[in-house]
Amino acid sequence: MTYARDVAALARKDLLLELRARETLPAMLLFVLATLVAFRFALPADASERASVGLLWVAILFTALLGITRAFIPEREQHVLDGLVLAPVDRSAIWLGKVVATLAFLAAAEVVALPAFGLFFEQVTWSTVAAVALADVGICAVGAILAAMAAAGRARELLFPVLFLPLSVPILVGGVGAAVGDDPARYLAFLALYDGVFAILAWASFEYVVTE
Amino acid sequence: MAVAAAVVLVTGVALALLWAPEDADQGPSQRIFYLHVPIALTAYACFGWGAWKALRLLWTGDQRYDLESYTAVHMGTIFGTLTLVTGSIWARTSWGVWWSWGERQLVLFLILFLFYAAYFMLRFSLPDGPGRARISAVYALFGVVLIPISFLAIRLAENFIHPVVFTRDGPQMSGDMFFTFCVSLAGMLLLAGTLYLNELAGKRLDLRLRDLRESLELG
Amino acid sequence: MIRARGLERRYGAKRVLRGVDLDVERGGFTLVTGRNGSGKTTLLRLVAGLAAPTAGELEVDVERGQLGFIGHEPLVYRELTAIENLRLYARLYRVPEPRERIGMLLERFALWDARNQRAGSYSRGMLQRLALCRALLHEPELLLLDEPYSGLDSEGAELLDRELAERRGKATFLVATHDPDRLAPLASGALAL
Repeated sequence: MTYARDVAALARKDLLLELRARETLPAMLLFVLATLVAFRFALPADASERASVGLLWVAILFTALLGITRAFIPEREQHVLDGLVLAPVDRSAIWLGKVVATLAFLAAAEVVALPAFGLFFEQVTWSTVAAVALADVGICAVGAILAAMAAAGRARELLFPVLFLPLSVPILVGGVGAAVGDDPARYLAFLALYDGVFAILAWASFEYVVTE
Repeated sequence: MAVAAAVVLVTGVALALLWAPEDADQGPSQRIFYLHVPIALTAYACFGWGAWKALRLLWTGDQRYDLESYTAVHMGTIFGTLTLVTGSIWARTSWGVWWSWGERQLVLFLILFLFYAAYFMLRFSLPDGPGRARISAVYALFGVVLIPISFLAIRLAENFIHPVVFTRDGPQMSGDMFFTFCVSLAGMLLLAGTLYLNELAGKRLDLRLRDLRESLELG
Repeated sequence: MIRARGLERRYGAKRVLRGVDLDVERGGFTLVTGRNGSGKTTLLRLVAGLAAPTAGELEVDVERGQLGFIGHEPLVYRELTAIENLRLYARLYRVPEPRERIGMLLERFALWDARNQRAGSYSRGMLQRLALCRALLHEPELLLLDEPYSGLDSEGAELLDRELAERRGKATFLVATHDPDRLAPLASGALAL
């Protein structure tokens, strides 16, 4: 129970920071819309539904990249991470707090992106909505720990996409497959498997990422 | 060990070129199979070994596992790159293209290549010390989990990206073929082991030298 | 409470600490002195568990939540107010009656009037006082202070003098300083690096 309250306190702090700085979320919203518009012109008029669904997934992934890159910047730039690490909370709660906060930002961006996609391209199916929800969990679970790793290094913003993209290939497969495959349930199950496996791994190993 | 590696490897190549029966469908080009697949399996073994050492590092905190894990991943990346090269040559000789998205193993190694190239970027961006060792170890562990997940993803993706036209599973290997294959695999593993130990000894020597130099300067 | 033998920490090729022995009794007040770059900060970070030693042994007989730490950085979010920062830490350290405790500390370090300003708008001395509030919030048994007087004006320094004198003996202290004369009357031991 204290674990859940620690996570809630840490996530609430991130939301409060965002409310003050108003940096990440507006950038994510504008980025996802601009990307969809740009894709409209990158796609020939007779392009298939499959192609536009693929673009939706690329847009979501890149938007997530944009948001999660900055996830640990306040902690690292101001060295507050030391303060969190010293506190008698389970270190994985720091990770989970970040996952919850980034999930909230990403979901907010998608609440705009999915209707916009419906408007510019074609209707979003329920299986796509379900796939997006499942993919978000995996993206944020993996993203939060990789962002902490990248933030420990010199290259920070440059490093994170390079670390993250190879790990995101299975998410793209699951997401696009759920939209265009014959049997969406299989792809949704695959996304759930991805979430489960990587969330457990990140949860168990985060402690080692934040101590010198 | 170096001698054993050389002998077994040369035997394997000789068997593959001269002794193994020719594949009925693919002709002589199929013989690269005896290099390509053992190289790929050796790369997996190296990544697995690197992850095992990474796990030991996190478990015990003993810093010497860091160098071992790093060296194993280094070897894995070299063999992984070779897998891409030999796979590409095979694709060229049998289908006339340098790259085929229908070939699972090749696609998987492309993803792994990107993943482990990022491992080196990560490592070089972090300040030297126990922190770097731990972060590298965690990333190496993500790698061995990514391998089966990506493999599954590639299989699932075949349903909508690129239908598989060619399969190499086809006919079962004959006994002679299997024997040749095993000799090649043993040779590759020995080669990887030798390179690993060599590289490790070299890196340890570097560290030792650095220590001595520092002691001299201080003394 | 703290026992170190042959402690060593290197950052790559550079060895910052080598062969440090240290004993601090419960309730002791130990000064760590040395010139810049002698490894005072590194030693405190090792004791805090923020960094791991590369060789030697280190025992710190205190639970993680019973440690108060002052470092070079105040360890507060610049976008949050003093109150919000302390509330977050009070939550994480499970401080009972956080409101009273935070109010009392802010009063004592003369930050009460600035409590609703963002920490980012604070001066250097105010940040240091906020950091002291943060480190004392949970009444830690062990206090690790790295140059605790840095940035403080004479008024702030006197506040800290009073605070340390009051707590001496009740908590264990390990204080890194380049100005040992100021703390000499309180000290029960010293380590020169």
